[in-house]
Amino acid sequence: MRYLITAGLILWMTAVNSFEIEARTEFSAANSTATLNIISTTDTAVFAPLIHSFQQVHPQISVIYTAASSSQIYAGIAEGGVYFDIAISSAMDLQTKLANDGFAQRYTSDATALVPDWGQWRGSVFAFTQEPATIVLNRAAFANQPIPQTRAELITLLRNQPKKYIGRTGTYDVRSSGLGYLFATQDSRTSETYWRLTELMGQLNAHLYCCSSDMIEDVSTGKIAIAYNVLGSYAAARDDLADKITIIEPEDYATVMLRTALILKGTTQQRPAEQFMDHLLSQAWARNPDDQDKNLRRIPLGPGLLVFLDRLKRQQFLKEWTSAILQ
Amino acid sequence: MNIQGSIYRRLMLQLVGSAAILAAILFVLFQSFARQLAVESQDTTLQASASAILESVSVQKGVVVADIPYAALAMLGNVSDDRVFYQISKGDLVLTGYDDLPRTSAAPSWTANYRGDPIRLVQTSRSLPIDGTLATVTVTVGQTQDGLAQKLSEISRTAILIGAIFFAVATVLAIWTARSSVRPLNTVAAAVARRGPADLRPVTTPVPSEMAPLTIALNDFIARLDRSLTRSEDFITEAAHRVRTPLATVRAQAEVTLRRVDREENRMALKQMIRAVDESSRAAGQLLDHAMVAFRTDHLKQSELDLGAILNEIVARQGPVADLKDISIEQASDPNCVIMGDAILIQNAVTNIIDNAVKYSPHETVITVTLTRTSNSVTLTVTDQGPGFQADNIDSLTDRFARGTNVGQTVGSGLGLTIANEVTKAHNGTLTLNQSTKGTGACVTLSLPA
Repeated sequence: MRYLITAGLILWMTAVNSFEIEARTEFSAANSTATLNIISTTDTAVFAPLIHSFQQVHPQISVIYTAASSSQIYAGIAEGGVYFDIAISSAMDLQTKLANDGFAQRYTSDATALVPDWGQWRGSVFAFTQEPATIVLNRAAFANQPIPQTRAELITLLRNQPKKYIGRTGTYDVRSSGLGYLFATQDSRTSETYWRLTELMGQLNAHLYCCSSDMIEDVSTGKIAIAYNVLGSYAAARDDLADKITIIEPEDYATVMLRTALILKGTTQQRPAEQFMDHLLSQAWARNPDDQDKNLRRIPLGPGLLVFLDRLKRQQFLKEWTSAILQ
Repeated sequence: MNIQGSIYRRLMLQLVGSAAILAAILFVLFQSFARQLAVESQDTTLQASASAILESVSVQKGVVVADIPYAALAMLGNVSDDRVFYQISKGDLVLTGYDDLPRTSAAPSWTANYRGDPIRLVQTSRSLPIDGTLATVTVTVGQTQDGLAQKLSEISRTAILIGAIFFAVATVLAIWTARSSVRPLNTVAAAVARRGPADLRPVTTPVPSEMAPLTIALNDFIARLDRSLTRSEDFITEAAHRVRTPLATVRAQAEVTLRRVDREENRMALKQMIRAVDESSRAAGQLLDHAMVAFRTDHLKQSELDLGAILNEIVARQGPVADLKDISIEQASDPNCVIMGDAILIQNAVTNIIDNAVKYSPHETVITVTLTRTSNSVTLTVTDQGPGFQADNIDSLTDRFARGTNVGQTVGSGLGLTIANEVTKAHNGTLTLNQSTKGTGACVTLSLPA
């Protein structure tokens, strides 16, 4: 597995981009002198170890951790009315837009210096994980045949045996999933094979999912044989399913999402927020050398990400996507 | 001397001052030029972005659609980390992007405040046919100027560095220029200062053309001084003749008359007259001698002199006067007493010393004159048996018109020893006045370098 996970973090998440859950958990400090409000797309249980290790270093800081979807985070901050010190999200585009629209602070420290140039934007959006989009296969379904390692091989496979895979493929419903939309739009930028694959999956009546976890679940049970653009970190975290699924990082290219954090403007807990950011970034980057793998296509942070958030652009893309997948 | 200012300092000040002004101008020009370039470069990128976005706008089934190219905004991110804003509008209707982004109809690019920061904006538009009518679609793209500010501060640092280097180089050149400009002046001054007292040749040191008038004036002045000095010398000689000759005539006539006059009171009057004439004649002579000595000591005409020969001649000339008083002059000279000196002056000095000795010696006494030579000096010692010097004023006797308090009726001007002393000094010698070791007489020692 070439993808990188934040040190100490085991990603075991549900409903990353769904709108349903909003959990608010308080991590009280014994002699609390400050309270830090964090809003995040990461599941509370997954993030809790990092908060505990932070509180070991800074025992006087209480943390209130709110788990929400990326669009909830964006809307809450952009429209105002909610108070948070730090926003953490897998939606690089929305995080970038928050920073671009002036909701994030600039911050410089020894810890931010650890972050490579491609992992930060404007000194305010900081990446702390690199998580590739993968193809997850049902192990049993591929027991007696070669496993496709590239998109082209996958296309060939689906073309040659359409009957076998009809109704047995799945991918994100990019209309409802922010991360799915991000992966799809980046795919469309990278290679024309994306549209060929999408059309093919449309012809095979592909299942559409809200989230990676559901795809992993269905692949493991054999309901579908192939899931495309699944967040590899989630699949890898499912130790219990390791013998049922095969995780493929496509050899032609693997789109890599960077999970990012930013300190919000208007925080009243300036120093604690900075201390948390330092802790998060030093945990993430102190031991992880810069990965030089050429097949990793990190989604670049920057104003380019605003393009697919454009209303007309999104309409255009969804129209094309819909006509390709829903035939 | 009235010294006001310094050419060197003024030159330095003006050169360094103009270098500082030039460096400042250079800095300002460089910076404003660089700022203009930086702003233009940002405008160009923004313009490219806006054009790319506008290019993607089309009408499909009567609806304006835009398919913003990824690169249109990504290219702005490649240049700097600045925040990016855009808007696509049809007339006053905002189709997509930032609704409240400022627009203008005036300029293609301008600076405005948006969301608390100054941003640079460009705008471009084109007409599209919608349902048979033309609608104007406008694309506005804006960007904050953090990258620009950073670039400008880097440029400022470079500009300051360039300005400082320019100034440093200019200052070094200014010092060099000022020094080399003043150098010919110093060269001429040194050449003139090095000259001997009698060197009245024109200045021939090479000088730049700007110094030619000064050098010509200086040479002209030297020539006039030379002529004037020659005239003074002539005048002194002339005056000596004109004063002495009539006095000699008066004295001769008085002597003749004295012989014819018998009455005692008339004889007394004539004797007093002769005495007065003697005194005047001697005083005039010595005054002129002194003037001549003063002139000549400034313009020594050195030549090899045999002091023994000069002494013999003088002693011989004093012979008749000494005989009148029965004074015998005993002379002992070392051979080969040759010195470098001005013949007339040395003669004059020695004459004065011998003359003094004869004048103040009583009848029937002895004057001892010795000339001794050592390896580096020649010493003349004249000892008489006269009243000698008074210890209390021995040091002032070489002053002008100073005479001893014990001279009695002896005729004198008080210039003799002054002349001898000045001549000695001019020849780097020493003149010493002492009481004779044998009895009462005076002992005058003149020592000159051989």
